[in-house]
Amino acid sequence: MHDTSASAAPPNPDETGLDTLYQIETPEGIDLTAQVAGPVPRILAYTVDLFYRSLILLVLGITLRVAGNTGIGLWLLCSFLLEWFYPVLFEVLRRGQTPGKQAFSLAVVNDNLTPIGWGPSIMRNLLRFADFLPFGYFAGILSMSCGRYFQRLGDYAAGTVVVYREQVAKTGELPDAAPTPPPRGLQLADQQAIVSLTERSNVLSRARQQELADLLEPVTGLSGDDGLRRLHGIGRWLLGARRPQQNKATATNTPTQPEVAQ
Amino acid sequence: MKQRDFERRYEGQWQLIENWLTGYRKNTEVGREPDTNDDLPQNYRRLCQHLAVAKERQYTGNLIARLNQLVMQCHQRLYRQKNVSSHRWLEFIFAGFPRALREQARFVWLACGLFLAPALVMGLGCYWNDALIYAVMSPEQVLQIESMYDPANRVLGRERGSDSDLLMFGFYIKNNIGIAFRTFATGILFGLGSIFFLVLNGVFLGAVFGHITRVGFVSTFYPFVIGHGAFELTAIVFAGAAGLRLGHSLVNPGNLSRRQSLREAGKEAMKIMYGTFLMLVIAAFLEAFWSSSTEVSIGIKYAVGGCFWLLVVSYCVFAGRRLPVTAPAGSRL
Repeated sequence: MHDTSASAAPPNPDETGLDTLYQIETPEGIDLTAQVAGPVPRILAYTVDLFYRSLILLVLGITLRVAGNTGIGLWLLCSFLLEWFYPVLFEVLRRGQTPGKQAFSLAVVNDNLTPIGWGPSIMRNLLRFADFLPFGYFAGILSMSCGRYFQRLGDYAAGTVVVYREQVAKTGELPDAAPTPPPRGLQLADQQAIVSLTERSNVLSRARQQELADLLEPVTGLSGDDGLRRLHGIGRWLLGARRPQQNKATATNTPTQPEVAQ
Repeated sequence: MKQRDFERRYEGQWQLIENWLTGYRKNTEVGREPDTNDDLPQNYRRLCQHLAVAKERQYTGNLIARLNQLVMQCHQRLYRQKNVSSHRWLEFIFAGFPRALREQARFVWLACGLFLAPALVMGLGCYWNDALIYAVMSPEQVLQIESMYDPANRVLGRERGSDSDLLMFGFYIKNNIGIAFRTFATGILFGLGSIFFLVLNGVFLGAVFGHITRVGFVSTFYPFVIGHGAFELTAIVFAGAAGLRLGHSLVNPGNLSRRQSLREAGKEAMKIMYGTFLMLVIAAFLEAFWSSSTEVSIGIKYAVGGCFWLLVVSYCVFAGRRLPVTAPAGSRL
């Protein structure tokens, strides 16, 4: 289903050419976007899982040693279950996240971005062995690197993708600059650029922002920190803020003006 | 409308949904559904509209990202798949699995041939030729196998004490099911892996059969093998068939793209794999607790083993034929 929607959805090939955005259209007629995770975080997440699994096996091995042959039998059973079903259990019951994936805030989802069920999860984890071949997940990494959405063989067969489960982006505090009306003739793209500069004011360093603001010196007529403050003001204005102090000033001025006139 | 006004107007609704989502996540561990669940579809549609509006009006990335994430979380809640009821499982066991096998009959027969042909060749070869088994096994392995089934030994199968049935159960589960899973999984490499594992297992099986028969340990080996073999050997063939189905979808995708074709094949193959897994658990159980028991006489073992074979074959051929083909069982398991 996503095949058509995913290929049809990205409107601008330049924009998505380098990006790892994964877009699908929902039945409600909107495009959902998710960021697909590349090989490196996935390998790291796998390493974490491998560590946990080995730890569990080690602890079990020590404790079950008391039980003799029965213990070894149980240990073999556990190691079988851990080898094949450890990811399945976590993926289905913990919303697509094994502990390793959780550590890197990754999650497995179906390719229509719905939560993964038993069938696809078992499928992708059974095919793990094919991905492992010929050694060290070579086939899987190769398949991930070739595909657009970093899917390993198991992902292709099960129809799943691994996406970032983003943390809720806090809407950052806007910089404290007096809202200024933008100059005339500002194009939409320019407006958006200024707004996003304003929104990201506490993510970017001050110096870098000034550097960016200096590019617009012909427009603002100011350089350095003043120019930046002006841009922040314009950004706030575009976002809907108005000048409270000026409003106050005009409000106090208007009653006085008639007095002068009188 | 300016973005700030838009945000102000709907902030309350978004906060409610956000709180509900986080509350839901906590509640899932307890297993309780909050009361606001009824509102979810409505809230979700409203959110979708907000997101569409925000995108259309080109509001800032932060807002769109936040709405997108909210929508996605609701989407995940709303489109969660249903749990499998026990009824579905029973339906699958009694009808769905054999039906799936018959749907893929070509691949089952192909896998059967790939498994049995080398087994037959190696079996006859090892029976006639003393040295042939050493082509596939080291002398130590041959000795070990001989000692396992030597009638002079009191115990059957791997050498063991009386308390180690569970040990062997664990071993068979890990080893045999692992083999079946690998046979299946490597089928995605254009079927080559499944072919390889089927032939490999066939060769070893044939070699052991031929050699043991030649040495004359018939009275211990066959009663041991016949019981669980009914489930184990067929299950490995089925796993190979599922793998071949995967490979075939890549080699000959038909009118679909290879990716689509693989997904379709994956669904079909999974039906077979569920059943195969169950069969292998049964096989491991039998091999550990029944086949190896020395108290049961050989005659009974042959009789029971024969019954198992009859059961498995008739199950695959006849089960699930009469039931109406309304919902393909196990398709959404």
